Amino acid sequence: MSRRLLPILVSLAGVCLVGLLIYGVLTQSPNRTLDEALAQGQHPLAPNATSSLPRLSGGGASLASFRGKVVVLNFWASWCEPCQLEAPLLERAQRQLERHDATVLGITYRDASPDSEGFVRRYHLTYPNLRDTTGEFAHSYGTDELPESFVIDRHGHIVAIRRGEIDQTFLNQAIALAESS
Amino acid sequence: MSPAGRASIAPPLRRVPLRGHLQRGQPAVKALVALLLCLSASAVLGVGVSTAATGGAGTHTSLPAIERQAMCVTCKIPLQVAQSPQANRERAFIQGLIDEGQTEAQIKRALVSQYGPAVLGLPSTHGFDLVAYLVPLAAILALLATLALLLPRWRRRARAQAAQAAPPPPLGSTDAARLDADLARFD
Repeated sequence: MSRRLLPILVSLAGVCLVGLLIYGVLTQSPNRTLDEALAQGQHPLAPNATSSLPRLSGGGASLASFRGKVVVLNFWASWCEPCQLEAPLLERAQRQLERHDATVLGITYRDASPDSEGFVRRYHLTYPNLRDTTGEFAHSYGTDELPESFVIDRHGHIVAIRRGEIDQTFLNQAIALAESS
Repeated sequence: MSPAGRASIAPPLRRVPLRGHLQRGQPAVKALVALLLCLSASAVLGVGVSTAATGGAGTHTSLPAIERQAMCVTCKIPLQVAQSPQANRERAFIQGLIDEGQTEAQIKRALVSQYGPAVLGLPSTHGFDLVAYLVPLAAILALLATLALLLPRWRRRARAQAAQAAPPPPLGSTDAARLDADLARFD
């Protein structure tokens, strides 16, 4: 009995290891749950809204602390060229959004704070920016490339996603939502 | 599972096939144990090397020395070989701290505060990353369990072999007489 047990156990261990590898590969791939929900006409709640992140300017805040506002959540990093291209657009949108109780909320993705601060100064950004140093907040949004942006309504539901550089048309959705709600 | 055909075999002989099986299986078992030993040793050595690599050196350091211990957090490869804007920013950040005269330990702390623990290439202690810590532990436990299972069997086998090696019983008088006669023919 025991002489059969050993090969069975070894085989089982091998199967477990292969299973772990497959599971690891699958969990490392970007999560597209939010995109799928939007494609089905649903408006999923923004994940990790209550997670507190450090503000670039000091202190801390969470997405939930902006509840009641329309939020354009924008993941960026100072080294990312498309982020540099869209920064002036976002700042222009911010000026319109803030008149309607809405805001752009930047999330720096694993970016050194001196670099992020330099970026904010360079593009004269006035909207708030939080730091995601571990990348876990971004991961919950399925973010694996930069930039990525999400429009979140006043109740904390995601109504639009752009994975890649934004354009004025995308921002207009947020501005229209802010004006109409 | 004891086939009826084997029931008539005398007890000393009945052990022979089992022992024979063990002897045939022995290299495989030993190889398995050796593999498990190697795995656990490499896991232990890996932890040791990692601990040594992340240990706080109190002296001034160089960019290559830190690069060897850091990861490019977006490309997820060692910073030493990474060629990307993020990697270049990390290098510039490290170089800035070196220029300020910070020690290796201070630079590593600063890296973690800016880029998160993943920058040191150490798996986090939650989620799937736990596997990196649990699998070596499981391998060591499996090794211990295998040894616990096999050692008594090996000891039993060694005892059986020792018993087999005992001097044969003296010849009967007929056999002894025949042997003497045969030997006398050669004299």
